[in-house]
Order: sequence, then C-alpha cells, then structure tokens
Amino acid sequence: MKSHLLPEFYVERIESRCNKCGVCVKQCPWGVYSWDEEGKEILIDYTKCVGCQRCVIYCPNKALIVKPYEGSYRPNAYWTREVISDIKKQAEQGGVILIGTGSDKPYKVYFDHILLNASQVTNPSIDPLREPMELRTFIGRKPDRLEIDPDDFEIKTEITPNLVIETPIMFAGMSYGAISYNAFLSLAMASKEFGTKFCTGEGGLPKDMREEYGEVAIVQCASGRFGVDPEYLNCACAIEIKIGQGAKPGIGGHLPGEKVSKKISETRMIPEGTDALSPAPHHDIYSIEDLAMLIYALKEATDYEKPVFVKIAAVHNVAAIASGIVRAGADAIVIDGFRGGTGATPKVMRDHVGIPIEMAIAVVDQRLREEGIRHKCSIIASGGIRCSADVVKAIALGADAVYIGTAALIAMGCTMCQKCYTGKCSWGICTQDENLAKRLNPKVASKRLVNLLRAWSLEIKEMMGAMGINAIESLRGNREHLRGIGLEDWELRILGIKGAGEGYEYRGD
Amino acid sequence: MLKDPYLDGVRSVEELLGYVDFEDGTAIIDAKDLKHKELNDLMKECVLRGASRLILKNVCGQRYIGSRLFFNPPKRVEIEIYGTPGNDLGAFLAGHRIIVYGNAQDGVGNTMDDGEIVVHGRAGDVVAMCMRGGKIFIRDYVGYRCAIHMKGYKDKVPTLVIGQTAQDFLGEYMAGGRVIVLGIGIERHRCYYIGTGMHGGVMYIGGKVEKHQLGREVGVVEMDEEDWKFLEDVVKEYCKNFEMEGKEDEILGKKFSKLIPVSKRPYGRVYSY
Amino acid sequence: MIGSSCGIFGVMDRSGKRFKGRMVVEAMKNMYVRGNGLGAGFAVYGLYKDYKEYYCFHVMIQNRDMGAKREVDLFLNDNFHVVDDEEIPVNDEVEVVDPPLFWRYFVSPKKSGRDQKLSDDDYVVKKVMEINTKIRNAYVISSGKNMGVFKGTGFPWDIAEYFMIEDYKGYMWTAHSRFPTNTPGWWGGAHPFCILDWTVVHNGEISSYGTNKRYLEMFGYCCTLMTDTEVMAYIFDLLMRRFGYPIEVVAKILAPPMWDQIDNMDEKRKRFYTILRMTYGPLLVNGPWTVIVAHHGEMFGLTDRIRLRPLTAGEKGDLLFLSSEESAIRAVCPNPDRVWTPHGGEPVIGRLDEKALKRVVE
Repeated sequence: MKSHLLPEFYVERIESRCNKCGVCVKQCPWGVYSWDEEGKEILIDYTKCVGCQRCVIYCPNKALIVKPYEGSYRPNAYWTREVISDIKKQAEQGGVILIGTGSDKPYKVYFDHILLNASQVTNPSIDPLREPMELRTFIGRKPDRLEIDPDDFEIKTEITPNLVIETPIMFAGMSYGAISYNAFLSLAMASKEFGTKFCTGEGGLPKDMREEYGEVAIVQCASGRFGVDPEYLNCACAIEIKIGQGAKPGIGGHLPGEKVSKKISETRMIPEGTDALSPAPHHDIYSIEDLAMLIYALKEATDYEKPVFVKIAAVHNVAAIASGIVRAGADAIVIDGFRGGTGATPKVMRDHVGIPIEMAIAVVDQRLREEGIRHKCSIIASGGIRCSADVVKAIALGADAVYIGTAALIAMGCTMCQKCYTGKCSWGICTQDENLAKRLNPKVASKRLVNLLRAWSLEIKEMMGAMGINAIESLRGNREHLRGIGLEDWELRILGIKGAGEGYEYRGD
Repeated sequence: MLKDPYLDGVRSVEELLGYVDFEDGTAIIDAKDLKHKELNDLMKECVLRGASRLILKNVCGQRYIGSRLFFNPPKRVEIEIYGTPGNDLGAFLAGHRIIVYGNAQDGVGNTMDDGEIVVHGRAGDVVAMCMRGGKIFIRDYVGYRCAIHMKGYKDKVPTLVIGQTAQDFLGEYMAGGRVIVLGIGIERHRCYYIGTGMHGGVMYIGGKVEKHQLGREVGVVEMDEEDWKFLEDVVKEYCKNFEMEGKEDEILGKKFSKLIPVSKRPYGRVYSY
Repeated sequence: MIGSSCGIFGVMDRSGKRFKGRMVVEAMKNMYVRGNGLGAGFAVYGLYKDYKEYYCFHVMIQNRDMGAKREVDLFLNDNFHVVDDEEIPVNDEVEVVDPPLFWRYFVSPKKSGRDQKLSDDDYVVKKVMEINTKIRNAYVISSGKNMGVFKGTGFPWDIAEYFMIEDYKGYMWTAHSRFPTNTPGWWGGAHPFCILDWTVVHNGEISSYGTNKRYLEMFGYCCTLMTDTEVMAYIFDLLMRRFGYPIEVVAKILAPPMWDQIDNMDEKRKRFYTILRMTYGPLLVNGPWTVIVAHHGEMFGLTDRIRLRPLTAGEKGDLLFLSSEESAIRAVCPNPDRVWTPHGGEPVIGRLDEKALKRVVE
C-alpha cells in the first residue's frame, strides 16, 4: 500500500561545508544517509529522519541542519496535521499507534502556573553558598511518636527502615531492556556517587551490578515479576511494587523478543528471544487487601529491612487509592503523573489518561493529612519533572522527593525524538543494539547525571535560601510559599494554594 | 496611627544641655534618661563646642553611639562609656576611639571605617560586620557572625581582636582584614562554620579547633616568623588595653592556627555557561 | 542580621517568690524601639492564688459583641462548672485603640459522653479550640490555672497601664513588644500566646509556618489567630505536655543540629539525633526566631539553630532573666551575677525547685 504520510523532518546540507567524510552515514541508524559508491556522494532520504539530531552534533564540519518538514496540509486547528497523520497510519496498518516518552500535548502545565516566594526584610534570606543548606531526605515510614530516654540519648521506639538520600531527587524506574546496559549502569553509578538512589524498573538487576550498586538500587517488583529472586530483593536498598505508570495507566507492557538478548534474558530470567509480557494488573492483586498481602510478602522475604514502595499512575481517584496504599503498609507511594515517560505506550493512553502530577501530589498529601497518616508514608512525585523549580514546587505541594526519568535521559543524550519503541536509539540509550549501545560511555554519561543532580541541588538551595529555609523538611508541604497565577478558583482549591498577590494568612513578629 | 519610637518625644539639644558637665575639653554626659537620638545629638553638640573627650555615664541600651561624629575636616574624639551601649555601637565610625567599661551588644563596629573600639567585657552578634578599617578589641567573647564580610582596601586593614572565643560563623565570607581570637581560658572552641565563604584576609585562632568546625573555603597554614611577630604585637596591645601586662607569654604560649582562604573565588564553579 | 523587630523579656524568681509587674514594664520601656505600638502583652504566673485549682479563661470579645459574650457564657456553662467570672478590670483613662471586652472565668471541666476519656488538660484544649473556631468574635487568650495573659494593641507601657498590671504579682513574667511584619496588629494577635498554662512570646518570622501548621493539624490543632507564633505555642504543647519531652529534647526538634554536625557525633548520639530529625522534621522551626516559653515551674529561652534573632540571659540570685537585649536586664538589675549569650538552638532554662512548684500549683 502506498504510504500517504508526509515526511516529519527535512535535512539540509550546507554543501560548501560537507567533505563527504561519512560520519552521518555511520551515525544515523534510521537509514537517512547512504554512500553512493558510483556517484561518490552521500545520499539523503529525509523521509526516514526522526529528528534525533545525532548527525548534526557529530558532523565534524557542522554541515547539517535537521528541521521540521515545512510542507503541510491546509492549516486546520481541529483536524491538525497530527490527527490526519495518525488516521493515515492506522488506515494503512490497522494497529494501535505506539510511541515513546511522556505526553507532548499542550495541556495546562500547573508547574508553570505556580510562583515561589522569597524573603524580604522580615525574614533574612539565607545564602546557601556559605550557610548550611540541608537537602538530606528520608524516604519511608516515620513513627507516630518517639519514646525517648533523654538522659541516655536513647530512643526506645522501633524505627522502620528509611532510605537516606542527599538530594530529594532519585532516578525513576527504567528497566534494563527498555534502556541499554550502559544507560542503566550510568544511572547506578551516578546514584552512588551523588548519594541518591535509582529504580531498576521491572527488568531485574544484572548480577554483576548487585554487589557494587545494590545499595543504591530500588528494585521493582512488577506484574511480570521479571528478574525477581530472593537475592535481587535482598541486595537492594528498597523494593518498589509497580502497579501503574503515568504514560500508560491501567495497561501492561511488552518487551519484544528481538530485544531479549543473552544478558537481558539472564537478568530477567526468561529465555532469550521470547517476548517479555507484563500483564496489566498483578494477577495476585485484584484488591487493596491483596496489595497488603504482597507488601508483607516482600517484607517477609527481606527480613523487614527494606522500605517497600508502591508506584501508581495519577488517576482520578488517586487520593483515596493512596490512602488505601498507606493503610496496606507501604513505606512510600510513588505517584506518576500523566506526563510520565515510557519506552513504549499506545499513544491514545499516553495522551488521554490520568491527571497532572501537581494536582495528584496536592490531593494525596492533603488526604493523608486529613486522615492523620501522612507521616506513615513518603510521597515520591514522578512524571514530567523538568527542572529544579519543578522539584521545589512538588515538594512544597507535599512530596517528599521526586523521581526523574526523562530529564535523566536527556542529560545522557536523549533529544526526545519519541522513537524509543523502535529500539534504534541513535544516542545508545533506548536500544539493545550493541553497536548503538556502546555509543554511551557510562563514565561520561554518569558524569553528566552527577552534574545535573549537582546543578539542580544548588538551584534548590538557592530557592530555599531565598525563602529563608535552610532544611528541606521545612519546605515539605509548605504551600504558604506557593502562589498560583492564571488559575481558577477550583484549581487553586485543589492545589491548596493562594493566588498571586494574596499575602500570608499569618504575621511574623 | 503611625508611631515612630525612634523620634517621638525627642527633646531639642537646648533642653538636653542640662545632662552635660563641661570641663576643659571633657564633656561628661549622664545618659540615664536619654533616647538614642538625644544622646547622639548631645555628643555631636559637645564636640562642636570643643570637647575632645566624651564620658558617657549610665548608658543603657542607647544605639549608634559615635555614628554621628563625622566631621570634615576630621576630628578625633575619645569616648568613654560606662554602662551597656546598645546595638550598632560605633557603626560607620569615622576614626574615633571608644572605650566601653562593660559589655556591648550586637553590631559593634558595623561598617566601621576607622578608629578604635575597646570593650572591657563581652559583645553580642555581628561584631565588625563589613568593617573596613580600624581596630576592635573585645576582652571576653563574641556572639554569632562576627567579622562577617570584613574587608580591607588598599592601606585599610581592619583588625578584630577577641580575648576568649566566638560563636558560630566567625569570619563568614570574610574578604579582608585580620581576626585574632586569643582563646584565653579556652580549651577547645565550640564555634562552627569558621570562615565559611572566606575569600580574603587572615584569621589567627589560639586553642583547639577541629577541621570539621571550619568552612569549606578555609585552609589552615603554618605560622611563620612574621605571623608570630604580628601576634606578639597584637597581644601586647590587648594586654595594655585591658591592664593585663605580664600575661603576654602565657597567652602566646598555646597553639595558634592560621586560617586563610583557599581561593579568592570560592564560588567560581557554581555557575554553568 | 540585627534589626528592630520585636522585643521580648522574661523574668523568673526560681524560689517561687512573687513580685510586682513593675520590673517587667521598666525592662520593656528600655527596649522601646523594638516595638511600634502595634501590640504588647504580659503573662503572669502565680496570679490567681485564691482560685489556683481552677482553669482561668481570659476571653476576648471582639467589637464588644455582646451576642458573642452570651454564646461564650452558654458554651462555658454547658461544658464547665463556672465558679466565678468578672470583667477584667481596665483603666479607661489610658488611650488605646478599639479595646475589645475582656472577661475572665474560673472554671473546672464538666465532661460528658466520649469526652470523659480525655484528661482535664486535653478537654480544655479541645474546648478552647471550639470557642476560637466556632464562636465569632470570641477568642480565649489565656486558659491556664493560676496564671493569666494580658495583651492588646499599643506599646507595652500602654497595655500595662490599661490592664493595671504593675500591681499584679507573680513569680514569673514574660512580656512582648511588637513590631508586626505586616497589617496593623489586632488585639488577638498580640503576644503572649497561650494554651493551658503554656505561653510563648516570640521574635521573628517562621518560614516553615505552612509545614508546621499542617503537621499540627494532624494532632487536632487549628491555627486561628493569624500569627506564626501560634504554631510555636501548639508545638510546645504537643511535644512537652502531650508527649512529655523535656525542653532539652524539644529544643533539638525545633532547632536540630546540622547534618554535618550529626555526622561527626559518636554512634549513640548520631542515631539519636538522626531519628529525632527524621521523625520530627515537620516540627523543625525554620527562619529567624527567638522564643521565651513559660509554664508553671519552668521558663526557657531558645533561638533558631543559626541564631538569626538575639537572646541574652542574666542571673542575679534566684532571679533569671531572658531578654532581646542586655540593656533591658541591666535597666532593672544593674549588677547581675552573670550575663551571657546562649548558643543558637540551645535553651536557657529556669526551673522552680519542687517545693516551690508545689506551692504554686497545688
């Protein structure tokens, strides 16, 4: 069938700069460039271009420009080019449209409608470069109250295990399989160096990484139970039960057999070349009491030494669900907003299901407080955290920490071309092709990740210092430092914040 | 109804002259019932009438003592204070000598330009903040953030001498000048974050200070001959000020650490692009 | 980081001997530039000797709203045995702006139903919260036994004269002069803040207010008085009265050591401070603050952990002084035995000996 799709990108070559070195041919996994032996020239088939910009960065002569294809249909605000293209794709192939990364649709970004506070006169701002500014964060259940013998510095209350992280930012679950070994290793290396944690996703933790990186690995136990064995559970710092994720709430996952290489097969403990299917639900969890059963099974299996997280997608009834999760015994709840990323999801799910993370944090935090159980569980906000200001806003709304996924990938090289599901990631991140994967040097990639954590942490300290706060625990749930702009009353109410221009409800003296 | 406690009810200088005894260039002021502004008004008036020595009695909390005494061409006055001067003693001080027979409060020598302040007792927080010249001697101890952002410029080298010890953030983002803590009677200093953000000047600390008490931007270096010579002069002056002559050797007998900034630009690597 | 802002003062006779309020007023006069006439107040302990077994409620009736007064009367009669009540005497000659009506009630709890399980103190807290949140224009500004709070809009000397407190006698006093950071003070917003016999006077602005408030709400406290000092009062009530922690521990919750200091401690202390911070992080009080807190038998002063607001302590025999400035201590006690500046986050504590405490509360 003849394809009616328009090209997405156009490649322009500045002929005077090109010396036909052929780097573009080697770098492009999409088949855009080819060497024509006869004409001794490089041919360009821009219809195959996905806009990953790999060739542009690596062209030694800076001879290439990759830009969106300008030609298009008659402008139509309703039947947009994207809508038309999607219909054509489905008409040609009759299938569900797959896509990678989080939703790119122009829904309102609440982070961008929230402004932060700063001190002036009545409260000194604190300079984070000189005075202590503390980001250390504990993830896990806190006791209702402590029984203390003050004379002997003794705390008699039993303390449930908590994770200690030196910045309130962790790396979200991205499995070995979805991403390359080198990308996965880079996340582990950066976590260890900076004093934070990474989540393995549901692809297991390669045996050769367990001894060195187990202490920084939050191992996932998802519906497919891939790679889950007692050693996997016990070598980790925490366990995460994945119920759902923001990019595809309510549906399962599928790692195609062609990606199940030898090493992945060993790590996931499934035969090489078979499809790895993650069912939509856990087939041992059809209700909240079943979740409690799994939580305690995992605690039993790990001697009650590891916090157990439960990850859910932010859906309409998220507050009540979260409350149930806390009551089921979870030490932390991960809420993944509808912007959360993925390696592959049906486009229709990604773009139409869930709620924004900002609102989910606000309602969950408030609900847990109303029920007097907020301290029993940490809240980890995930899904679309783009910058340090998003982190600060998420924490002030009520999160204990955030997970970053997409931002971490971008730090390593990702350019958001959204073709993760093809396995041809030109940056060596979202691929199992050995030649592509080796493009990512874990030493360099982990350095980029550490730099990002460092930069964001410095910026968080700057923002906190400006608010006159020198410990992250005083920012947590502190919505007095947030003001909405361009929001309607109901939105302010859900977020639990005042509008810009409204002062404190209290006075200082 | 807006009230201004600083200015409300302030009497005119004429009304206040009754609080002054004038004798041979010495003015004795009884500060007991005087507000901040009244005392400073009177001090200025006395100097304009030829006083070169001011003796302030019954001082209790009056602020900014000495701050108003800026004259062109300059005049140098000696000020003796009995009692407890209030905050910002000698702020912006323009070359006078102030002796306090008692304790001082917060902000002694704030942005002081030149002169000398000698406190026969202790002082509060932020002593010598942004001080740019002159000398301050505190016999006992000081509070938080002393010598914060102290800075020297060309021939101006501000000097703060503390007899016993200081509380946290001593020399915070210090940019110049000298701080000397003699550690008299102090086994181990409790002060944390010493010299955090320091990027100029030098500190000498007598007595034990652990590495983790220092800011990241500070390095400890060996004392050389010149340092000891300088310290000997400082101790001599300290002992003279506080009538402790003969104690010099005892004071100098302990270990001193010399602290200097690691870099003139401690935050060069904080910013990207 | 010096500046104007509020002046606070506390004095206690650790032998339990009572003295008149004059001394406190004099001390506040010395710090006249630390307030701007928008609020001042005093707390007196050992004040109502004759009724010392009864809770004394000082109720402020805003706008002299007699409807609110009647509602309070009804509410108190329903929930308490009211043994005596009267208007708090004031000196009408003193010029103050819009004084509300102040009424005091001596009461004992009349519990019924589920409330019977509550301790007397918990019952009183619950009922005070009910009055403050449910009866418009009525606020309980003081609710302890054998003590009372007097406060309002004005300079300390005006408020002292208005309530004629110079003649009241107590063994312990705290006082406050206010320099509010925004809109003009209202009478209920003046310090001290009080719940049961706990009072707080405070200088500073709490940048962790939202975090602290929302944590306290989980324990049934509602912040209604529109000032950050209120959260301080409730934190002390929660940690000291309900949880029974001594101030030495409470100080380390409100003003914990920095992590880099904790990391340098021996294992035992490291564990202690780590768990304390991990558990009670939401009660870390951030921003610049100094407080003087009092309850029967004990007074202490405490500053934030990087001491962004001042506190000076002094002693003379049995007298313990706490003050924003040394000069205020010297203004009433020219030759103290000792004057010092406590470390940030470390409390200065004064306690009655047991015999004296018995005399005060039993």
